[in-house]
Amino acid sequence: MTGAEILWECLVREGVDTVFGYPGGASLPAYDALGRFPIHHVLVRHEQGAAHMADGYARASGRVGVAVATSGPGATNLTTGIATAMLDSVPTVFITGQVPSKLLGSDAFQETDVTGITLPITKHNELVTDVARLAPALREAFAIARSGRPGPVLVDICKDVQQARTTFEWPEEPARSGWTAPAPDKDQLARAADLIAASERPLILAGHGIVRAGASRLLTELAEKADVPVALTLLGLGGFPASHSLCLGMMGMHGEAYVNRAIQRADLIVALGMRFDDRVTGKLETFARHARKIHVELDPSEIGKNVPVDVAIQADVRETLSALVPMVPSRRHRAWLEEIAEGREDTRSRDLLHQPDDGRLYAAHVIRELWRATGGDAVVVTDVGQHQMWEAQYYPHERPRSLVTSGGLGTMGFALPAAIGAKMACPDAEVWVVAGDGGFQMTQCELATLRQENLDVKIAVVNNGYLGMVRQWQEFFYEKRYSATPLLSPDFAALAAAYGLPACTVASRSGMVPAIEAVRASAQGGLIEFRVEQEEAVYPMVPSGADISDMIRRPAPAQEATA
Amino acid sequence: MKHVLLARVQDQPGVLNRVASLFRRRAFNIDSLTVGASESRGWSRMTIVVDATRTSARLVAANLGKLVAVEEVTDVTHLPTVARDLALIRVRCAPEERGPVHDLVAGFRARVADVGSDSVIVEAAGTEEDLDSLVKLLRPRGVLEIVRTGRVAMVRGGNNGTES
Ligand SMILES: Cc1ncc(C[n+]2csc(CCOP(=O)(O)OP(=O)(O)O)c2C)c(N)n1
Repeated sequence: MTGAEILWECLVREGVDTVFGYPGGASLPAYDALGRFPIHHVLVRHEQGAAHMADGYARASGRVGVAVATSGPGATNLTTGIATAMLDSVPTVFITGQVPSKLLGSDAFQETDVTGITLPITKHNELVTDVARLAPALREAFAIARSGRPGPVLVDICKDVQQARTTFEWPEEPARSGWTAPAPDKDQLARAADLIAASERPLILAGHGIVRAGASRLLTELAEKADVPVALTLLGLGGFPASHSLCLGMMGMHGEAYVNRAIQRADLIVALGMRFDDRVTGKLETFARHARKIHVELDPSEIGKNVPVDVAIQADVRETLSALVPMVPSRRHRAWLEEIAEGREDTRSRDLLHQPDDGRLYAAHVIRELWRATGGDAVVVTDVGQHQMWEAQYYPHERPRSLVTSGGLGTMGFALPAAIGAKMACPDAEVWVVAGDGGFQMTQCELATLRQENLDVKIAVVNNGYLGMVRQWQEFFYEKRYSATPLLSPDFAALAAAYGLPACTVASRSGMVPAIEAVRASAQGGLIEFRVEQEEAVYPMVPSGADISDMIRRPAPAQEATA
Repeated sequence: MKHVLLARVQDQPGVLNRVASLFRRRAFNIDSLTVGASESRGWSRMTIVVDATRTSARLVAANLGKLVAVEEVTDVTHLPTVARDLALIRVRCAPEERGPVHDLVAGFRARVADVGSDSVIVEAAGTEEDLDSLVKLLRPRGVLEIVRTGRVAMVRGGNNGTES
């Protein structure tokens, strides 16, 4: 077989049936062989799109997403997407073409040091200069991408390797498969169970690890048995059903005030598959000061990185929970739950959705209407900014992998391509993009990919005429000097129509339902541009680096009415 | 406090780069890093000295352990070890001073490895403290150049701590 054939054969054997890519000189041999293999290649419009598609594919399904690019500019265009997958631990494999091995290091046409550039943004990478190494390298890449804390792996394949011939040998086992976590430590488990049993004000903080590990059911068992409320990180949303009476919703910078206050008043924090990101903890010195902390985390380098803990269990969160649930006694925490519920009432009264109709259309209304229309059952793929936070606040997620969003890197332009990937991975799901006018324009070229693939992806562009989240910071912290945040946009409906998609514009509350229903009914997807209130802010908000209970709240309703 | 980590790593192109890149990216402060062939083919061994007052040795080890090319990392700080640093020191030395220099360094189990017309190269292996004192003693004579390897370490007794 040629190296090119070995590449695709290995992918097929790894269970890959879809790849996202863009060809070029250094990948010509690979593309020439592609047609002989049962792999569907999605031609993107920009390699960043390919990377986000592979990422969205993986997040929505748990399977490894694959993207392919040529050397030089093709590979560098992938990097934003690779970094996005890295920060959110998404199992992905990136294949890049490279100049012929004899030319390496000579600044040959379209040569860049791709393994060098991607070193800090991949879990692992390898430059393949010998065709004998190709199958083992690919076998290892998939194993490493999936193992332990998942992440992106890049394999850079020289053009002459793609052309060279050798006998194909499929390694039964990868020689290297990356680290895996040990079994949970018995003593630490016992200490954790004791702390949970003794706690009067316990709180579970659950993150992406719950989703990755498929531990939602066990989390529910623990929460119910020990009667412990659950707060979620952005990437943890869906990992615990939002409708559950013990679910508090999102914590952190734009978490609800009563959630953050509960963290600050808890006597025990049980952190499950989360990494105490600064967007979650706010000021570290004052974070959950009164609480003992149990940290269950796969990655040893995350334990003790930001927050010192009393009990550290470095292990898979699912394995840990299945051992821990039988060890904790059944308990009730009525007083503690009542205290939290009181704060919830206050939040409810301030909520925009409970304010009298002032005739304006707010993004919160749009998101809430989407939730109602889809029965909360869509896969929602968000971009980055205010709309992302409103989605997190107003679209309650019941199941894991129903929210796809870039958390760690916060990559604008993520939503549309990631939604294409999600739809390819889950063709039966109703997939919605929720994007801002800014981020959508970063990757809107992928509308062509959407059409070319004839995919039914539904798109809500929340147009507030600003780079809203940055504008909000300027409003709060820079005396409303709106520097470089007002934004001119095309007529998004006309743009979508130019790509052959059904589209419309909504500027009033009454227009929302018919537009959403029309797009829901369309088999070719469609786009709705919602022209929303321009200077609305995401409340509540913890200013960067402040104590998490020190939040900027929405002005109380009485003030609102007179404003 | 200085922590000493021993790592067994695959002897492959780019491994040192991965380790160095990790230290840079995480802003880890490293006192020294040495790498060289180990007893088994295809494997190298690294000795890494971390200033634990500025950087958590546990986090350095945990991050190193995640690299695919790193097989095993052990913190041997609290184990009995033989730890040595090698130094080459070029000292100003007129021909008539060669005898005294020779005698001086002999006290450190060091030796004169090369003799030039007006200088000699002293070769010394020992703990960092030993070498620091030797250098201090040689200073008044005129130290022209120093090269040091940084620490290499091995656990005493039967168990090397990173056996596989
Ligand atoms: C690629 C990239 N560039 C810049 C930023 C910084 N940033 C974060 S949110 C934001 C504004 C997003 O505006 P828009 O897409 O209109 O969404 P909105 O906040 O208005 O909902 C910007 C510029 C980013 N996250 N990603």
